[in-house]
Amino acid sequence: MNETPKPNSFRSGPDEDGRFGIFGGRFVAETLMPLILELQGEWEKAKNDPVFQKELADLGTHYIGRPSPLYYAERLTEHLGGAKIYFKREELNHTGSHKINNCIGQILLAKRMGKTRIIAETGAGQHGVASATVAARFGLPCVVYMGATDVERQAPNVFRMKLLGAEVIPVTAGSGTLKDAMNEALRDWVTNVDDTYYLIGTAAGPHPYPEMVRDFQAVIGMEAREQILEAEGRLPDVVIAAVGGGSNAIGLFHPFLDDESVKIVGVEAGGHGLDGNEHCASITAGSPGVLHGNRTYLLQDNDGQILEGHSISAGLDYPGIGPEHSWLNDIGRAEYVPIMDNEALEAFQLLTRLEGIIPALEPSHAIAEVIKRAPKMGKDQIILMNLSGRGDKDIFTVGKILGVGL
Amino acid sequence: MTSRMDTRFAKLKAEGRPALVTYFMGGDPDYQTSLGIMKALPESGADVIELGMPFSDPMADGPTIQLAGQRALKGGQTLAKTLDLARDFRKADNETPIVLMGYYNPIYIYGVDRFVEDALVAGIDGLIIVDLPPEMDDELCIPALAKGLNFIRLTTPTTDGKRLPTVLKNTSGFVYYVSMNGITGSALPDTSLISGAVARIKSHTDLPVCVGFGVKTADHAKAIGAAADGVVVGTAIVAQVAGSLTNDGAATADTVAAVSTFVRGLATGVRSARLVAAE
Repeated sequence: MNETPKPNSFRSGPDEDGRFGIFGGRFVAETLMPLILELQGEWEKAKNDPVFQKELADLGTHYIGRPSPLYYAERLTEHLGGAKIYFKREELNHTGSHKINNCIGQILLAKRMGKTRIIAETGAGQHGVASATVAARFGLPCVVYMGATDVERQAPNVFRMKLLGAEVIPVTAGSGTLKDAMNEALRDWVTNVDDTYYLIGTAAGPHPYPEMVRDFQAVIGMEAREQILEAEGRLPDVVIAAVGGGSNAIGLFHPFLDDESVKIVGVEAGGHGLDGNEHCASITAGSPGVLHGNRTYLLQDNDGQILEGHSISAGLDYPGIGPEHSWLNDIGRAEYVPIMDNEALEAFQLLTRLEGIIPALEPSHAIAEVIKRAPKMGKDQIILMNLSGRGDKDIFTVGKILGVGL
Repeated sequence: MTSRMDTRFAKLKAEGRPALVTYFMGGDPDYQTSLGIMKALPESGADVIELGMPFSDPMADGPTIQLAGQRALKGGQTLAKTLDLARDFRKADNETPIVLMGYYNPIYIYGVDRFVEDALVAGIDGLIIVDLPPEMDDELCIPALAKGLNFIRLTTPTTDGKRLPTVLKNTSGFVYYVSMNGITGSALPDTSLISGAVARIKSHTDLPVCVGFGVKTADHAKAIGAAADGVVVGTAIVAQVAGSLTNDGAATADTVAAVSTFVRGLATGVRSARLVAAE
């Protein structure tokens, strides 16, 4: 990459065309363009509308349970013997992950736009559950597209969505994971443009989604920044989050981007290792390309065909990443590192036993990075990590790997 | 240089009939068979060829074309080989316009400048890139137009009068009106709506307007042909290919014949349509 001049602020992106440097943009079929422009206009208005913001904040407090606590993980800190470790407890949110922050925001927007039908894609099922939840709360029908492979490995979440009144459509195309679900949701949207709102679950897709989802998730970082200042009187040395599409990570990172002293680390799914295609490390082992409406780092072959990837965690099993992460990587503001399946699995077990918190497999990747990093840091240093989801949904997957039938 | 595209549409206008624009997937199910299909298209009455470039994630296509793309990729098709198809075809036919249709990423990875050059050398006349709306014109549209490739744009019922000039601004060759919202290969739309929409587009441009998505029979082709400068048939042709294959997805002796018989039927329909009152 060429040397790009350092911007005055890392927080001003994207530009009006939805670009973060060369990343982002609006690579969609013409059918969707008018909708995306309409959505952008409506989002601009809502963003600056105190009534919208108040409704969002009220639901955040009383429905989601915000602010989520910032927790000092004393025993993990002692165990690792280095930096002080804090967790932003997004797993305590209603529905068990950060996904609900974005869903509440977008359903308010859908309502404002007069849309009467919600569609969503889901990988692990966390976004599907969050979408089904807000659709139930606002009385709108909801269709969730989910890869057939994921339907199988995330059965409890499928049942949750159905209980909430959503229709779950298994997608068999491709390898039946998140990318295929997203293709199918886009097809639905192209077909039902008039009444349908597409509730994208991560900070990716065509502009304005990456910006909008980030802004709905930035509540994580804004709270965390205030909370750590309150607890420690200073900013953390490192913030860490797992990255699939990257919404929990960008939500934590964004409010810290202009704090020069804060190192930012995104953790990608290294799967079985970066040799070959059994991973989902788009930045560490992929290259820039265009998929699902944006330019970003992707797993692809020499012909520009998208590869399937692999992760133990369904939520990270996506061959791309939000465009803002690609930009933050290329300008050097954030660092992205891979964590393998087995490392995440060990971290999952360690945290469960040391802190009495069963994390989801997605943030288990971030925990594994904390485990590597903390011992090398001084005891006066601070790591703040986003504990983005709880692990109840994953106990079946973990049980299977550990040879325990459930 | 008068382009093959302009020459072809001028000729059809003189004949007073709409164009039959036929889509097939390059490399489906293998290179040689799809070359056979491509050669059979003009012989069967196709006036313009849309050559599909397979992509792993065709977001705006229905299951029929998705599966065709998967078959082609499984058969080893690449963007370079799709250009080879055109090159091989051009050895015997230097008149039928060829439009490449597909998604941007394989082109982006191939390299835009190299792609435009190689496409011209291969005898390509135009491009339809589904996921490059006018907002993204700097990516490929502008470089392609500068070198003499047509950039054909899709307009849809959601493209309102305000947006139409934006969409048409850098369009050349013809305008491809997607006659209904939705993915390729869905149900047939109302033809009276089509003539209105075609008239609306024509009030903004002198380019021919071809209508696609949903044409399955000679009667459909005739009805739409009466209202437009061209009829685009894609999914129904790809379905003919699919229907002729073995259970393992391999070509049979019938594959090329199935397509050419079907296209011949469409051509009869199109040729019996009359252009709407020439303006």
